[in-house]
Amino acid sequence: MADWLTPDQWSAVGLSLKVSFWATVFSLPFGVAVAYVLARYDFWGKQVLNGLVHLPLILPPVVTGYLLLLTFGRRGAIGGFLDEYFGLVFAFRWTGAALAAAVMAFPLMVRAIRLAIEAVDPKLEQAAATLGASRAWVFATVTLPLILPGVIAGAILAFAKAMGEFGATITFVSNIPGQTQTLPSAIYSFLQVPGGDGQAAQLVLIAVAIALLALFLSEWVGRAVARRISGS
Amino acid sequence: MSLTVHIAHRVGAFSLDVAFEAPQGVTALFGRSGSGKTSVVNAVAGLLKPDTGHIRLGETILFDAERRVSVPVHRRRLGYVFQEGRLFPHLSVRQNLVYGSWFGPREPGADFDQIVAMLGIDGLLERRPGGLSGGEKQRVAIGRALLANPRLLLMDEPLAALDEERKAEILPYLERLCEETAIPVLYVSHSMAEVARLATTLVLMENGRVVRAGPASEVLSDPESVPALGVRSAGASLHATVVAQEDDGLTRLEASAGSLFLPRVEARIGARLHIRILAQDVMLSRTRPEGLSALNVLPATVTAVRLGDGPGAIIQLKAGEDLLLARITRRSALALELTPGAQCYAIVKTVAVAQSDVGGAG
Repeated sequence: MADWLTPDQWSAVGLSLKVSFWATVFSLPFGVAVAYVLARYDFWGKQVLNGLVHLPLILPPVVTGYLLLLTFGRRGAIGGFLDEYFGLVFAFRWTGAALAAAVMAFPLMVRAIRLAIEAVDPKLEQAAATLGASRAWVFATVTLPLILPGVIAGAILAFAKAMGEFGATITFVSNIPGQTQTLPSAIYSFLQVPGGDGQAAQLVLIAVAIALLALFLSEWVGRAVARRISGS
Repeated sequence: MSLTVHIAHRVGAFSLDVAFEAPQGVTALFGRSGSGKTSVVNAVAGLLKPDTGHIRLGETILFDAERRVSVPVHRRRLGYVFQEGRLFPHLSVRQNLVYGSWFGPREPGADFDQIVAMLGIDGLLERRPGGLSGGEKQRVAIGRALLANPRLLLMDEPLAALDEERKAEILPYLERLCEETAIPVLYVSHSMAEVARLATTLVLMENGRVVRAGPASEVLSDPESVPALGVRSAGASLHATVVAQEDDGLTRLEASAGSLFLPRVEARIGARLHIRILAQDVMLSRTRPEGLSALNVLPATVTAVRLGDGPGAIIQLKAGEDLLLARITRRSALALELTPGAQCYAIVKTVAVAQSDVGGAG
């Protein structure tokens, strides 16, 4: 049944889904935390943090990829440490592709979640505190349920962005078929060889289908959750 | 158990500097908007950290600037009823009600069924706050605060966001609550009618300062507190027992100074009520008036006189066991020679007494 795509095409689709999934899952807790801090606290260096989060959005993706290579490469400050003590290698592995996708998608995720947090009335959180809930419990029982639609929207947005990430990924982990060749990298490769347009077009259709699916899913889940939360 | 508040705080140009004691019963913080009432309640709740001073509840220190003690909000175990209810929109009424018990000590205290029945919200338990009326929301908010098993109940204008009809719907519940509960209640309001019905202790605030504090009946019947209360809302309370429901729509009551007729009061015969009579609704006469349309004429003795800066004067009277206030002109006060000790008659128009001025028990 799978012979309408070549093994290389299949592996590119599979790899992209895997990379995007893990990029989203791993960055989600950080995204919620950073969004919460940015929405609810005023502190020295807040603008620096905000700028840092948004940097991948405005930098050329190639620059972000190169910076990742410098810091998370085997000889990079963090990459070397992780390799030595945890055996975790990013450079030229699919994990690196996930890291690059997560970094590139992070600003979008944080924005969506931050908007949701800012829409929650802090007075409700105060009320929960007067009823005996500690800060962690207030977050778990009041804030989180109320921002759930925003969190889901942010996650799906990040997933879609990760699916399409190209520049930083190819710079950081290259374009090795079966290992780091994601959907966009594969499309790019097919377009580089004579007669590859047909295969590229197939992958383009798949990319469009996945993107639309993600969009509809986010709309549907978001509305369902919003209905449950405001339910009357 | 009593609450001691002694705090000072500055926010921009506004400075708060208050000291008062709230004993058992309902202590009302009364004053205009912006007088600092809500700041005081927030300081007690722990939502605002004062610059200096201390707050104690019985033996427990909630806040002490000198000893650097400030118990976090969620460990103070206070029930806070906010002006706007602040119910959790994603939880059902039942879940809202039991929210506090998820964190509270597992000791028997507030009884769910009893409180739900007292507030008349048994029919709403499975609904979401989004579909409730303003009055229902506020009753649920009160229930939620009570069920957290608090050591002190804070109420910040719980009725202010409601229309007159909803207020009339909730006041009896509040009255019942204040009578039945053993915990001290700190009640913020700028409505004299509410305060007169509920408060046992009264703290008058102005521009972040306490101007008068003491037992409510004393403060309310004191001519000296009239400027702080506002001449239009000043008035003392009379205690009376329902004697008969007349055919013409009136209710006859017996006060220590004599009979009173009021527009129909829905209370059983023998019920003891307190009736707030505004100072501006009382007329005075040196002789027993004849041929007058007013039904309520009570013999009284002048006990104090306060001549205002303007043309008005406030006369304090003792009618039987109760103290009354009358607001008349200075000219009349001088012409009738109303000085302490003078005998006179207090005349109250029956229809001047509003339903909201009649409260149960007392």
